[in-house]
Amino acid sequence: NWEQDGFSQGYHAIGYIFLPGDGPQKRFTAPPVNSPAWTQVSPKPQTQPLPVFTINYPRIQVPFEITLWILLASFAKIGFNMYHKITIWIPESCLLISVGLVVGGIMYAVHGMPPAVLTSNVFFLYMLPPIVLDSSYFMPTRPFFENVGTVLWFAVVGTLWNSLGIGVSLYGVCQIEALGLKDINLQENLLFASIISAVDPVAVLAVFEDISINEQLYIVVFGECLFNDAVTVALYNILSFVATMPEVETVDVFLGMARFVVVGLGGLFFGFLFGFAAAFTTRFTAHVREIEPFFVFMFSYLAYLVAELFSLSSIMAIVTCALTMKYYVEENVAQRSCTTIRHVVKMLGTMSETLIFFFLGVATITTDHEWNWGYILFTLLFAFVWRALGVFVLTQIINPFRTIPFNFKDQFGLAYGGLRGAICFALVFLLPQNITCRNLFITATIVVILFTVFIQGISIRPLVECMKVRRTNRKLGTINVEIHKRLMEHTIAGIEDICGQWSHYYWKDKFKKFNDRVLRKILIRDNRAESSIVALYKKLELQNALELLGPAPSDLSAAPSLMDLHVETKPTARTKRNFPASDLRNMHELLSKNMYKIRQRTVEYTKKSALPNDSKVREILIRRHISIRHSFRVGSFPRTVWNLNVSSLDNAEGPGLEDKQSWKMTLHPCSGSRGTDLELEPLSATSSVSQLQRFSSRQERPLQNRYHQPERREHELGQQTSREPIAEGLWGQPQRDSWTAHRYSRSRDEHRPGGGNLPPSAPTGWAQEPLIQKGGGSQNHLNRRPHWRPHNPHGPQSPGQVD
Amino acid sequence: QTYLFQYTFAVTPAHIKRLYKRFQALDKGNKGYLSPQDFGSVKELATNPIGDRIIGAFFSQGQETVDFHSFVRILAHFRPLDKNRAKRPDSPEPINSRISKLRFAFQLYDQDNDGKISRDELLQVLRTMLEMQVTEEQLESIADRTIQEADLDGDNAISFDEFRKSLEKVNIEHKMSSRFLH
Repeated sequence: NWEQDGFSQGYHAIGYIFLPGDGPQKRFTAPPVNSPAWTQVSPKPQTQPLPVFTINYPRIQVPFEITLWILLASFAKIGFNMYHKITIWIPESCLLISVGLVVGGIMYAVHGMPPAVLTSNVFFLYMLPPIVLDSSYFMPTRPFFENVGTVLWFAVVGTLWNSLGIGVSLYGVCQIEALGLKDINLQENLLFASIISAVDPVAVLAVFEDISINEQLYIVVFGECLFNDAVTVALYNILSFVATMPEVETVDVFLGMARFVVVGLGGLFFGFLFGFAAAFTTRFTAHVREIEPFFVFMFSYLAYLVAELFSLSSIMAIVTCALTMKYYVEENVAQRSCTTIRHVVKMLGTMSETLIFFFLGVATITTDHEWNWGYILFTLLFAFVWRALGVFVLTQIINPFRTIPFNFKDQFGLAYGGLRGAICFALVFLLPQNITCRNLFITATIVVILFTVFIQGISIRPLVECMKVRRTNRKLGTINVEIHKRLMEHTIAGIEDICGQWSHYYWKDKFKKFNDRVLRKILIRDNRAESSIVALYKKLELQNALELLGPAPSDLSAAPSLMDLHVETKPTARTKRNFPASDLRNMHELLSKNMYKIRQRTVEYTKKSALPNDSKVREILIRRHISIRHSFRVGSFPRTVWNLNVSSLDNAEGPGLEDKQSWKMTLHPCSGSRGTDLELEPLSATSSVSQLQRFSSRQERPLQNRYHQPERREHELGQQTSREPIAEGLWGQPQRDSWTAHRYSRSRDEHRPGGGNLPPSAPTGWAQEPLIQKGGGSQNHLNRRPHWRPHNPHGPQSPGQVD
Repeated sequence: QTYLFQYTFAVTPAHIKRLYKRFQALDKGNKGYLSPQDFGSVKELATNPIGDRIIGAFFSQGQETVDFHSFVRILAHFRPLDKNRAKRPDSPEPINSRISKLRFAFQLYDQDNDGKISRDELLQVLRTMLEMQVTEEQLESIADRTIQEADLDGDNAISFDEFRKSLEKVNIEHKMSSRFLH
């Protein structure tokens, strides 16, 4: 039932002090410990009236307390986030630890015992996996794999460097007579150093996101934190084993290295194994959509536990599992399950993180401390110095291999961002009891953690701002410069995408081929070798559509204004407007906030505490979708728009989609005199061409139905995003054009009965290249709409063509 | 041909080989030239606000295909500048010079190739680069301000010279260079 140890009794006592007394059955004496939990009343010989109101605390004690702790931590979190100013300057981890300290103080004053729940076991088995799963599930894979060399370099070599450095220097310090620490031998020092040198993902990333550090740094630190676990665990095991041995032989050193390799690779292996298992399982879950998210969690947890079983690096296992699984699972599961998975992963991760910091604070107060000024101060000093040295030296070695070398400021960020956190804490509690200075180690660890989290955590933001470590670009030049610079950044991003990634392209390409040919066939249910644009677009369109179903869509509020674009600009010379300073400031602000950020180089990273959202990408795609509605006058400029045959979604997902299909929004052209020439745009995806062909035959009829639901979402304001399956997509397939042209003209007639019938030449009108035929039809090379082909002036290409 | 490239575009043989491999990888169907669909298969271009304009830049006037020569020619614009290049008075401006890069950027705006960025063209680009939270009036103000800042001869459009002048303080060589072509 419940533990017989002291603290539970203590809790029990508290429960009895604070709970209201009940009627005639006052029980101020401690209940008999050995009585079965269901009997509340000590059986008395006389008959008792039927108990109307009983309290049975011991039965629910453990879950109740756990829930209360979690609630308390969550309230603290709510509280902090209400006051935005605080979280800007003080990272949330600090605040949580402080609250933990306060609570710990209260508890200490009351009965001097740490909460039962925080044992090392609980930490490693229940609290750590969600955090690691959260981090690795939302890890951006592309930058990660681009930087994988650096990450591993820092993780492995960096951690080794730190451990050895700190251990040896501490040993040297111990030799000093004055400190009275002669009895700590080298192995113990090394053991302690290996614990201390583990940079903690939880603490660091929270801080890094708060200061929106540049993506490269983020990824490197992130990866380093995740992967140095392999090294730490291996080192820890080796050294704790060695610390208990009387002497070390060379054979042991080699065994140690072998063990390290085994730990790392073993973790990877199990991660892959369970990742593929999960992907494979989700292939068959089409009919049990409700439990789909379950598999993700179960398999990753299983990977973790199995790795723990074999004493391998469980963190690496779970990271690898999440990375492997994510790509395939998200293709297989329904949209709803996908959302659920993401949301639950985030939720669990955030919760665990909050709890950990909280408990850190509590446990600080309630453990026995052994204080030795010299040792602790030297530990702090060495931890910092060796990390800085390590970062510096390692960067010098690896910079030539990096495509974006780390400059000095980046190195500072890396070194200063080496915060220690809860993993060190848990590891130190795992130390075997026979180590002489266990309490000293515990105290020193806690001091280091508190120091790094508080001092470094709080000061890193002003320092980074001061030193102008590469963050998001924000300079106030002229508006001109700002716009042009952004254009150039986009250009370079595009060019680099066209060039491909040199150094990794070969492997990436090979992997992609392998993936398409082998893995996808096995692991994905409907294996259509879709281009990722198509897949991405589908998912985003769906999300977009779902959002539009809800209350007033705020992100489309600007849409009407776009739609109201006046066809005729006022060609008359505008008088020069005077732009007051406030206007200028607003403009700068508008530009800086609203221009699409370049995704490479110095990009602001998504907040860890927020769900990742694809809104930027979605915006671009929506905008392009909407731009088909732009009035199209001769002399305006063509825009290539990527559109997708959306009704292919019919086939894509399972039962969850019927409701979406039924409310498809209709094209409601804005009233107005514009000859709304619509531009039909093809898909970019070439590989999906065949798919669309397959689907197109299917949609002909359902489309008509959708077209007859004009009442659905008609706004006075203007058009809405049309779910019109523009079956165009096929480069040079004219019959599609004509068919859709038909539809457009028909629809317009339906909606505007009095309105002008689209002249039969209208399809030719908009289909034609709307070039200003200046200079004898010479076409600007930049003006090419390469997709356009259908209405070839050389003659109709298919019988169905409207021409 | 390698020598030709080297001479004309100052691209190293190693780069040429890589570019050729990339060209072949993009060229689905091994046609020997690139068509717009091939560019479309580069996923990230779809989410690039000016992706279509960049693709358009590859196709020279009237062409529907890009051969390797043109491919390299366009990409050569983005080579970092050789600071040590001796300036020979009679040699043509190298393709990756500052002026060249500026011209490339200018042409991304100037779709009708009339040598000026008109207000419409500017609005177009602004619209693609800005998110939807910006209203049309704001966009127009920004465009107006931009033209006002740059326009020196009062024609309500930005000519190439005005464009160049407005960017004189900006490190174009750095901004318009790709690390991959280093």
